[in-house]
Amino acid sequence: MKKYTKSIGVGFSAMALSIGATLVQAADTIKVGVLHSLSGTMAISETTLKDTVLMLVEEQNKKGGLLGKKLEAVVADPASNWPLFAEKARELLEKEKVDVVFGCWTSVSRKSVLPVFEELNGLLFYPVQYEGEESSKNVFYTGAAPNQQAIPAVDYLMNEVGVERWVLAGTDYVYPRTTNKILEAYLKAKGVAEKDIMINYTPFGHSDWQSIVSDIKKFGTAGSKTAVVSTINGDANVPFYKELANQGISAEDIPVVAFSVGEEELSGLDTKPLVGHLAAWNYFMSVDSDTNTDFIDSWKAFIKDADRVTNDPMEAHYIGFNMWVEAVKKAGSTEVDEVSDAIIGVTVPNLSGGFATMMPNHHITKPVLIGEIQDDGQFETVWQTAGAVMGDAWSDFLDGSKDITADWTAPLACGNYNVKTGKCSGQNY
Amino acid sequence: MRMSSVWLKRLLHVTAVMTLLTVNTFMIARESLAAVPDEELLAPMAELKSANFSKKAQLVVDLSNIEDERVLLILKGMLGGDLYYSKQSADSFFVLSSGESGYLAQNVLTAEMLSDISKRDYKKISVNNSLRRLLRETLASLQLRSPNVETRIDAARAMMKSDDESNIKPLRQALQAEESASVKKLLAVSESMLVARYGSSHERVDAIGRLKGELYPEVRSLLAGFLIERDGAFLEADSDVRKAAAEALASIEDLVAFNKGVENVYFGISLGAVLLLAAVGLSITFGVMGVINMAHGEMIMLGAYTTFVIQQLMPNHIDYSLLVAVPAAFLVSGLVGVIIERGVIRHLYGRPLETLLATFGISLILQQAVRTIFSPLNQSVSTPSWMSGSLEINGALSLTYNRLYIIIFSLMVLFALAMLLRKTLFGLQMRAVTQNRRMASSMGIRTGWLDALTFGLGSGIAGIAGVALSQLTNVGPNLGQAYIIDSFMVVVFGGVGNLVGTFVGAMSLGIANKMMEPFAGAVLAKILVLVVIILFIQKYPRGMFALKGRAAED
Repeated sequence: MKKYTKSIGVGFSAMALSIGATLVQAADTIKVGVLHSLSGTMAISETTLKDTVLMLVEEQNKKGGLLGKKLEAVVADPASNWPLFAEKARELLEKEKVDVVFGCWTSVSRKSVLPVFEELNGLLFYPVQYEGEESSKNVFYTGAAPNQQAIPAVDYLMNEVGVERWVLAGTDYVYPRTTNKILEAYLKAKGVAEKDIMINYTPFGHSDWQSIVSDIKKFGTAGSKTAVVSTINGDANVPFYKELANQGISAEDIPVVAFSVGEEELSGLDTKPLVGHLAAWNYFMSVDSDTNTDFIDSWKAFIKDADRVTNDPMEAHYIGFNMWVEAVKKAGSTEVDEVSDAIIGVTVPNLSGGFATMMPNHHITKPVLIGEIQDDGQFETVWQTAGAVMGDAWSDFLDGSKDITADWTAPLACGNYNVKTGKCSGQNY
Repeated sequence: MRMSSVWLKRLLHVTAVMTLLTVNTFMIARESLAAVPDEELLAPMAELKSANFSKKAQLVVDLSNIEDERVLLILKGMLGGDLYYSKQSADSFFVLSSGESGYLAQNVLTAEMLSDISKRDYKKISVNNSLRRLLRETLASLQLRSPNVETRIDAARAMMKSDDESNIKPLRQALQAEESASVKKLLAVSESMLVARYGSSHERVDAIGRLKGELYPEVRSLLAGFLIERDGAFLEADSDVRKAAAEALASIEDLVAFNKGVENVYFGISLGAVLLLAAVGLSITFGVMGVINMAHGEMIMLGAYTTFVIQQLMPNHIDYSLLVAVPAAFLVSGLVGVIIERGVIRHLYGRPLETLLATFGISLILQQAVRTIFSPLNQSVSTPSWMSGSLEINGALSLTYNRLYIIIFSLMVLFALAMLLRKTLFGLQMRAVTQNRRMASSMGIRTGWLDALTFGLGSGIAGIAGVALSQLTNVGPNLGQAYIIDSFMVVVFGGVGNLVGTFVGAMSLGIANKMMEPFAGAVLAKILVLVVIILFIQKYPRGMFALKGRAAED
């Protein structure tokens, strides 16, 4: 009995010590929240981003941390469960008191955490290409807006490849629906007739593409060059491309340009039959630049796997993280309001040899690259925009958002200012 | 004995030397066949290194005009993205291929082979889509007179994509020299297509007339192209040509519509076969044993991962990997099934709700286990060469091989299972236990052991389904979830505990789904099928083929 009491006593004192240690540590660290799914359907894409942030934090600590303090990553796993995203976000902000959060992949998860970040005045860096139509005071969008990915890709097909008939194929949820709405309006504005546009939606994880591919094949025999603009998400891409190859549709006949297929997705795929199909991104692993080579080397060393690939959302986190670091240095503080003000106009190198600047609408400047899939699962850049393109939060091609603009600098300080009525609705979601 | 082995060695040695000699003479012969000096080939090739894509296209045309058989090798290498140049030595170009161990490089000029090279020392000559298109067409025109019939068929078929007037002459020459009827037909279509574009008004109308009834998508595309209207004016000015094209197109459209119907039925049957494969294991565990097995999908997933592991173990024999994977997947999934039955389910017989929750828990455990062991990323399972591509019945109808094999395979599985249940002692005992457990037990059947084996059988068949599905969809931790609902739907719709019901259920759901998809869209088609099933179950709660008599009374 006595023995037990003793060991309990030791236990308690050890606990007290460790609590003391964390308290001391807490005062000396800046907490960086990571809100990416590590289990469930989205784990396939988001786990990589969690590792990216951990790597960036480690590298920053090697450089001596930030404001004389060490950075400490706090990882939460929202398990691909949208309501859980909001809960975990609240936990990170209220309980862990993190200074910044890097996280989310799907639009629905972002929409789910948005009210939490606005209520608790947090700071979120969102790294994935998305449908736009949003600009929140508390969110910085480091992925591409539609005008930084979809529109240039369509321009490329129209002007360089001579495409006249369009198949807009997507998974049935908010990002493809909105993007296709924008693209449809854009194509019609360019004089494409209604009958030359075919729109098709499929459920999540669709695996039986026979009829749709056969329809696309038939649609492509109307005498003019046809292309598929694909916003098909995640897993469904593999069977889609397999079916295309099996039905004998090559990229030379009907090219598919995808907005959600990157190096990571291709690494789970036999790419021989896909050679020549296209993807539009703001970064490819194959880009030849010194910053990129360094980034790939440190990523492979960090993850201890020489075969791992890098991709576009990883670059977005790289840019976002460095922008945040610069802004904190500039503001001399990690206070959300001060950092948000300081970050606008901050310019950091991107991985494709250029620079990215944070704009007043909380979106960044990016170059747009079109790449053809190669048989080693990499992309060969076949076209790119002359300079960096500014992210446009509110599309110019949709009726509802044409007149809306976002500018978070004084005096406007509004995410959705209607230039016609001169009003700021204050509604973001 | 000893003597003979020495002789054997000598003989082998001599043969080896002779083979080497023949290879050498062959190479010399090759070189002597080369019609032009190396410099003439090297000049355009040196420019390829740094040219942009439009310049490269010009260089390809230049190369193709050189009469030298090495040009074929160069262009083929380029089309496949395998043409590299050495970073060290100037003016040496290689076609890279992967051998048993590491890469092989073949010098395109001397045909000399280098083995075990490092890919880092070589740089690829990149190609893009338009260049690939040009290369394919150029190669086709060079190969129209190839001695190999298969090559000529491919070349003649590829010429249909050509819109180059200068190809008319070689096509006509090839047509005259051609003996094979099937190649002749393809050549004639290609020739008519080019004449329809470039001939005189009279020739064009004639050529279009010859294209009547041709179902190739290229022909349809060409004819439809003559009828395109832009800003109120036709792109094609000649009204006779337009009239002929409209006529020919109309004759084709009817045939196409018919073929499209046939194709839809095929799609339906193939979807049905997939559903059947996924559901047939469940019809044992759920249908015969009455266990609501939510982990059924994960058994499928385990089978798919087994395929992946097998392919990793035999990377040089992908073509045979599936034959090994089928029994392996059956054993792996079956074993896991037996463990689950013995460990969890046997304690829960007669308590469906607890079984449901417990097996759901198991499914989550298995998913996360796979995520931990293999990573959450999808794994790449290669398709054997005999399963890629499609069987072209005619220009408008082709059946994809992977689906064709899966249809056959699912029928074989169903047949084997039916035989097992009907004709073997195990099947007899199994049916006895499910019909009257106590009676069977008092007859000396070890019911507990039989339960485990039955569950193992159902799970093992799910594993086999996983091998087939690995050829159609992603191999990832979520593979099983996509099929669990469909499987239950098939079993409930077809009638619980009935293989015929499962077969008819799977096929009718597959065909109904594919028939609705063209006009309702994939999302709505799925919803409609669900609604129909719900209504059907309201009227016939026991499904299409309900068991009758005493067996049906629980």
